[in-house]
Amino acid sequence: MKITREDIIHVANLARLEMDEESIEKFAVQIDEILKYVETLNSVDTEGIVPTSHAIFLTNAFREDIEKQDYDKDSLLSSAPERENGNYVVPKIVG
Amino acid sequence: MKLYELTIHEAHDLLKRKEISSKELTGAVLDRIEAVDSKVGAYITVSRESAIEQAEMADREISEGKMSALTGIPIAVKDLICTQGIRTTCGSRILENFIPPYDATVITRLKKAGAVIVGKLNMDEFAMGSSTENSGIKLTHNPWDLVRIPGGSSGGSAAAVAADMCLGALGSDTGGSIRQPASHCGVVGMKPTYGRVSRFGLVAFASSLDQIGPLTKDVTDCAILAGSISGYDPSDSTSVPKDVPEYTSYLSEGLKGLKVGIPKEYDAAHGLDPEVSLAVKNAVKVMEKLGASCVEISLPHTEYAVPVYYVIAPSEASSNLARYDGVKYGFRDKEKKSLMDMYRSTRSKGFGAEVKRRIIIGTYCLSSGYYDAYYKKASQVRTLIMRDFNKAFDICDVIVSPVAPTPAFKIGEKSDDPLTMYLSDIFTLSANLAGIPGISVPCGFSKGGLPVGLQIMGKHFSEEVLLKAAYNFEQATDFHKRKPEI
Repeated sequence: MKITREDIIHVANLARLEMDEESIEKFAVQIDEILKYVETLNSVDTEGIVPTSHAIFLTNAFREDIEKQDYDKDSLLSSAPERENGNYVVPKIVG
Repeated sequence: MKLYELTIHEAHDLLKRKEISSKELTGAVLDRIEAVDSKVGAYITVSRESAIEQAEMADREISEGKMSALTGIPIAVKDLICTQGIRTTCGSRILENFIPPYDATVITRLKKAGAVIVGKLNMDEFAMGSSTENSGIKLTHNPWDLVRIPGGSSGGSAAAVAADMCLGALGSDTGGSIRQPASHCGVVGMKPTYGRVSRFGLVAFASSLDQIGPLTKDVTDCAILAGSISGYDPSDSTSVPKDVPEYTSYLSEGLKGLKVGIPKEYDAAHGLDPEVSLAVKNAVKVMEKLGASCVEISLPHTEYAVPVYYVIAPSEASSNLARYDGVKYGFRDKEKKSLMDMYRSTRSKGFGAEVKRRIIIGTYCLSSGYYDAYYKKASQVRTLIMRDFNKAFDICDVIVSPVAPTPAFKIGEKSDDPLTMYLSDIFTLSANLAGIPGISVPCGFSKGGLPVGLQIMGKHFSEEVLLKAAYNFEQATDFHKRKPEI
């Protein structure tokens, strides 16, 4: 499957990235080359093979549901670029 | 005696005998950074004041007879491990001014052990790269030849250890990012088993592959540092509740009876330099002389490790990096008046080209209609790669191979050719995909004087076997004793 500049524009939009014309062209060529290489995986027979998402066998890590506070709100909020009255501030969303 | 040249265990002995203080040792390291880091460029942040305070505290503990193997030892940390009150950039403009409100678990452990944190080290942005050229902050140069790359992504960590700008360092390894720079800079580096070391406070790149580990001047130091950061942590639900052996106690066991697997596929790997191949073959001969026996093994899916990795890692990254949207931390483009424009502009200005490339690859592979063809297929082949290792470990204890196909290349040589750069990860990626531990130990020099590393991989949670094998090899050779002239 050939990666087109339209694919790059579509996916960049999904990922909330802006790209100029030059980057779109460059990425289309580079990513097409990378994904062509990835497609060598099609020569491997994976019929009935269970996919692995995690290399170590672990079941769910349960713990008691006990309320605790590791960090105070102000210290966590202190990293935010804009904040007000204990809240994160974002640009206006609803018109 | 130059204090900054000491290993961790040598410095520990001197501190214990009160022949030196941590304040002197830390001061010597800070002066060394001032003297050579303008050439090497390993540090993003030097935490001089807090380091001196920690050194004074360590000296008080030592005088009270309270001492661990790391008390008063200057350690530096890759800049994607959160350090409370010390800027943590991940090598990215988007986190250029981020000061974490908490310590990663490995930092809490180091502090508890009395270590002195001297600063934060350069890296490829969000650990995506093999040369540290993708850092959004600065370039790092290989101490053995300043026109060359130090490797990556933990290039700052490896260069700082090689140039004696810290006694040991922490890095992280998602596809070789500890082992490959260790190999290129002539130091020891280990990626522990997935789940051995807590990832709490490690900024996530690819969560099913990332693991923190040590970079050190010798194998004994690697065992000490690995021991201090390993162990179960309830704050990381993927950390494994399993006791950590006293790694240093295994080192002096000999290699008699150790079965060393040699993968037959590795010799044919793309672009393997004959000098690297020869250094590794000679290393195997040394191990045989020490009592190990060799057996040929097969890892038939080796050639698929690169394509599997470059689907899985970018897919996980595209999801992990969605959090950098200018709201909770880091850079925000405050000029933009709508939320969507603010997201787009913040991310586009904050991320560098390689990070964007991988976000796009990952988003594409996970997007509707392509998931089965890419992500699912890659995850199935990942299973086959793991089965290859399981089968191999039925007949051998460890597997040896090169770390990187060539010694360190020149800065700029591959930076505009992502696929060629990805192919150089062929020997290291599989360990992350399979979750197994791997160590890089110096095993030779090229004719041009560049270090070459030997990789030793083992079964899950067999770090003590890798350390033992690496230690015996190291003690039989003197590659680890050479130092670069800067």
